[in-house]
Amino acid sequence: MYYKSPSYRLFNFLNILFLSLISIACILPIVHVLAVSISDSAPVTANLVNFWPIGFNLDNYAKTFNSPNFLDAFTVSIIRTVLGTFISMLLCFTAAYSMSKDDLYFRGRTFYAWFFIITILFNGGLIPTYIVVVETGIKNTIWSLILPGAVAVFNVVLMMNFFRGIPKELDEAAQIDGATHFRTLFQIYLPISMPSIATLSLFTIVGHWNSWFDGMIYMEADKQPLATMIQALVKNMDFTRVQLNPQDIKDLSERGLKATQIFLGALPVLVAYPFLQKYFVKGMTLGSVKE
Amino acid sequence: MEMTRKKTTFSERWNLRKTWPLHVFLLPSVLLLLIYSYVPMMGIVIAFQDYKPYKGITGSDWVGMKHFIFMFQDERVVQIIANTLIIALSKMVMGWIVPLLFALLLNEVRIAFFKRTIQTLVYLPHFLSWVILGGILTDMLSEKGLINQFIAGLGFTPVFFLGDGDWFRVTLVVSDLWKEFGFGTIIYLAALAGVNPSLYEAAEIDGANRWKQTINVTIPSIIPVGVIIATLSLGNVLNAGFDQVFNMMNPIVKDKAEIIDTYVYQLGLTQASFSLATAVGLFKSVISFILIAVTYRMAVKFANYRIF
Repeated sequence: MYYKSPSYRLFNFLNILFLSLISIACILPIVHVLAVSISDSAPVTANLVNFWPIGFNLDNYAKTFNSPNFLDAFTVSIIRTVLGTFISMLLCFTAAYSMSKDDLYFRGRTFYAWFFIITILFNGGLIPTYIVVVETGIKNTIWSLILPGAVAVFNVVLMMNFFRGIPKELDEAAQIDGATHFRTLFQIYLPISMPSIATLSLFTIVGHWNSWFDGMIYMEADKQPLATMIQALVKNMDFTRVQLNPQDIKDLSERGLKATQIFLGALPVLVAYPFLQKYFVKGMTLGSVKE
Repeated sequence: MEMTRKKTTFSERWNLRKTWPLHVFLLPSVLLLLIYSYVPMMGIVIAFQDYKPYKGITGSDWVGMKHFIFMFQDERVVQIIANTLIIALSKMVMGWIVPLLFALLLNEVRIAFFKRTIQTLVYLPHFLSWVILGGILTDMLSEKGLINQFIAGLGFTPVFFLGDGDWFRVTLVVSDLWKEFGFGTIIYLAALAGVNPSLYEAAEIDGANRWKQTINVTIPSIIPVGVIIATLSLGNVLNAGFDQVFNMMNPIVKDKAEIIDTYVYQLGLTQASFSLATAVGLFKSVISFILIAVTYRMAVKFANYRIF
């Protein structure tokens, strides 16, 4: 057997070592920002904190949570994520159900499919979309963050492919028992498609939580979501300059505070991620690799 | 056989009695797409106008190809297109090779616990936004940042990752690779998991060692997936990554880092040159569409790939 040979054992050892190093490199930046956020401010200013906190200090967190701006932005993000994900998933689920039906039974399916697909291939681009959002009067409301992207065509296609894999007999049995489409969708399809829903919800949740650009162009400063607020913060910090003037030194002492807000911006994703990981790996391959 | 043609009503022809709920299910999605996808597509006509917001699309003056002609006479635009191509192509090539190699190496790990842990860690950066990562990386890559401390500690001279145009491009490509390579391996790992084990057994009986098995069984098995990924990624040749570039760029490196998307934003939303920005965006969309159409046909033809 090959895996008992000395050369394969050596390869195996080196391989695991190499892969481990690479994977650690994937989380080091997060570890760094966490370390900076909970360290004392003097070593942070002196650039001494690497991956292990020096001292232990939660002042940055206290300051952040006492800041009304942060809490407002956090609330906007939560509302946006919950409402946006619910609406997107409902639309995705109903649209995918309809489009998973046979063309002979559901006349017009092909038309709908093209209607959806065309939006992937063509789009108006930034400026025309911006003008439409302004003209429809949703600028500076939460709806400008939710409605323009509410129909996720890729997710509809993934979910439709999943629905098509469900045995037809299930559908027929429900029909014979007198179930309406509404009932079939919510009492039969919904329970068995939980893994797909979990996967697509994860992507939608993360997408909403991370979106910053629409918040920047559509919302006034006091109504912006957290990601947009953090973006403004990040854009203002500039470590590329060679010489330090007094203003820069002040900025540097605020590094811990910025690190805290950045870390808190990433935290919900970091917390949710391990729980949903098993779903998305399955869900990803579900719609993409076909026999 | 009955030959008289029964007159069918509209409802019968469309089977509406049974399927009307399906149309109802689709209605909200169709309306939203109509408003926020199709109406903006019509809005592209402002690329051929001198659009003034107070005059609206119907009231603004038509100027034909003026903005397109201006665009290609502007040296900056040519530079920006070149930047976009260079950055996007480098990302595509790296983003194709590295996940493939990583999946091959990961596939050799026999200890399930290691394999799972490694996967969990490498997928993670994909889920963090460029806002978060831009903030962290700008800090770590700065002149006095963590990476340069490390480089100095090894006795080398510090590198201006973010302050030198060429290094900045390298930084963009490497950090994008760092963020996405793990996620890119998922599809290859799925393909590798689907390889028939009897192929390996047969190879082993024929005396193939692990290296030979990799060359003759593993690699041929994932080539089709690799071809699809490479083909479909060609549609992104003008997408150099707005989020990343916008959040990491600074004025010093603008010459070599400005891409079409950041330029459109700057023209349209900070300088209010709506028509010119739309023209630049339209140019990008047209090229991208042609590439997507061609590559999709290629994927259908060579790899039997279909969206539906």
